[in-house]
Amino acid sequence: MLDDFFARALIAGTGVALMAGPLGCFIIWRRMAYFGDTMAHSALLGVALALLLEVDLIVGVFAVAATISIALIFLQRRGMLSTDSLLGILAHSTLALGLVIVSLMAWVRVDLLGYLFGDILAVSRTDLIAIYLGGTVVLAALAVIWRSLLTATVNGEIAQAEGLHPERARLVFMLLMATVIAISMKIVGILLITSLLIIPAATARRFAASPEQMAVLASALGVVAVLLGLVGSLKLDTPPGPSIVVAALILFLLSLLRLSGRQGSGVAS
Amino acid sequence: MAPRDSDPILIRAEGVGVRRGGRWLVRQVDLAVRRGEIVTLIGPNGSGKSTTAKALMGIVEPDEGRVERGAALRVGYVPQRIQIDPTLPMTVRRLMRLTGPHPEHEIDTVLEQVGIADLKAAPVHGLSGGEFQRALLARALIRKPDLMVLDEPVQGVDFAGEIALYELIGEIRDRLDCGVLLISHDLHIVMAATDTVVCLNGHVCCHGTPSSVAESPEYRALFGSHAAHALAVYRHHHDHAHLPDGRVVSLASGKEEGGGAG
Repeated sequence: MLDDFFARALIAGTGVALMAGPLGCFIIWRRMAYFGDTMAHSALLGVALALLLEVDLIVGVFAVAATISIALIFLQRRGMLSTDSLLGILAHSTLALGLVIVSLMAWVRVDLLGYLFGDILAVSRTDLIAIYLGGTVVLAALAVIWRSLLTATVNGEIAQAEGLHPERARLVFMLLMATVIAISMKIVGILLITSLLIIPAATARRFAASPEQMAVLASALGVVAVLLGLVGSLKLDTPPGPSIVVAALILFLLSLLRLSGRQGSGVAS
Repeated sequence: MAPRDSDPILIRAEGVGVRRGGRWLVRQVDLAVRRGEIVTLIGPNGSGKSTTAKALMGIVEPDEGRVERGAALRVGYVPQRIQIDPTLPMTVRRLMRLTGPHPEHEIDTVLEQVGIADLKAAPVHGLSGGEFQRALLARALIRKPDLMVLDEPVQGVDFAGEIALYELIGEIRDRLDCGVLLISHDLHIVMAATDTVVCLNGHVCCHGTPSSVAESPEYRALFGSHAAHALAVYRHHHDHAHLPDGRVVSLASGKEEGGGAG
């Protein structure tokens, strides 16, 4: 069954959705959507450098995304520019830099669209191993830092005063985001990764009463979006990466409908 | 249950100063909190009260001086302003377990103590200002801290609630035998509920027992002579308060009056 490209795509997408759920929740809670986007955009520079230096793509993307996130923290502390300006500068300049470097390397043929929008149907067995091995590490590490990261998200000063080392948790979280971007780039692509992180988590908010419920629900909704998106792309012959994001969006819109329908019936009765 | 000099010091600042943007927020602060002692930092807005407390807890690094704090010191912190992002689902019950696991009956007990037992299952985003303040106090309390730090704990609480809250803080100190560091910009009731007052205005202006601080010229210079007058008047007219359950509390000592004393 693993020989079947569709089954491989489904398994790969499921793995990515499972780890994207809880991570995406923290991105929403900490208001870091644009931060995540910036890290994702920098992935193309990672691809370019990996090709240039002939190292593994995942390693290259991870290294660049991690460097960018640490550079951002450093620049934020200097406080010379507002965070959104810094993010804007880094997001687009790293993307542009990646495109320029790739185009200068005339000796390699690069499928740019594959990196930008994903190529889930070309997932190999090695990719699957990377996704599930990496995903296990990411979820295990997140479980370890969960309490201190959550406390830091509620209030950084409480976390610091009560000995929970919020800075360390924040740093680990950045590295986890870099890992997720590196291993899921191939599934939905650099430009769409953040949406897979954020949309299922945003959908889950309406149904969750605790942070843990929201994280689990976000993973589940992500898996449903992957399934619907892949089936849809097969039936309608649409690109799979964007189709998955559209499926996630539809789930999000349905959750809004459900809520307003409820309120409407409450008023009517 | 006033603290004695023999009680162990939980936390101590020596010559602590914090500088931000080329300006000293506070300088040369000497301060200690003993086990069982309630210390109140008072001073006008911008006098460096919160900064001093944050330096003591290790939230900000002091730029001069040093802070002595036991490695195993368990702190319970109630910050001045905290806003939980509305996208983060959180009930009062879950908030109690924020920094560590606690059994259900302990949660019931602390919520009972702060008077919001009926709000256990409520989302924190729906609480009123006063209820949320109590929930935060309960969250710090459930940790059974060695040192409680409360930054302006009575914000948005009415006068009667204010007295009840200070009485509760006194009870907590007695029960847990912890040190308490209170921060306040107003003086009347705080002064009465306190063992030691430290008056800040960028540096320590004066410190001592509430009455000695109220009479000191530095304090009068900072708050105006009417402030000390207000305290005296206040004592004269309101030397006790009636709690909802009928108990009578003396504001001067924070202790319940015996049957014969009233």
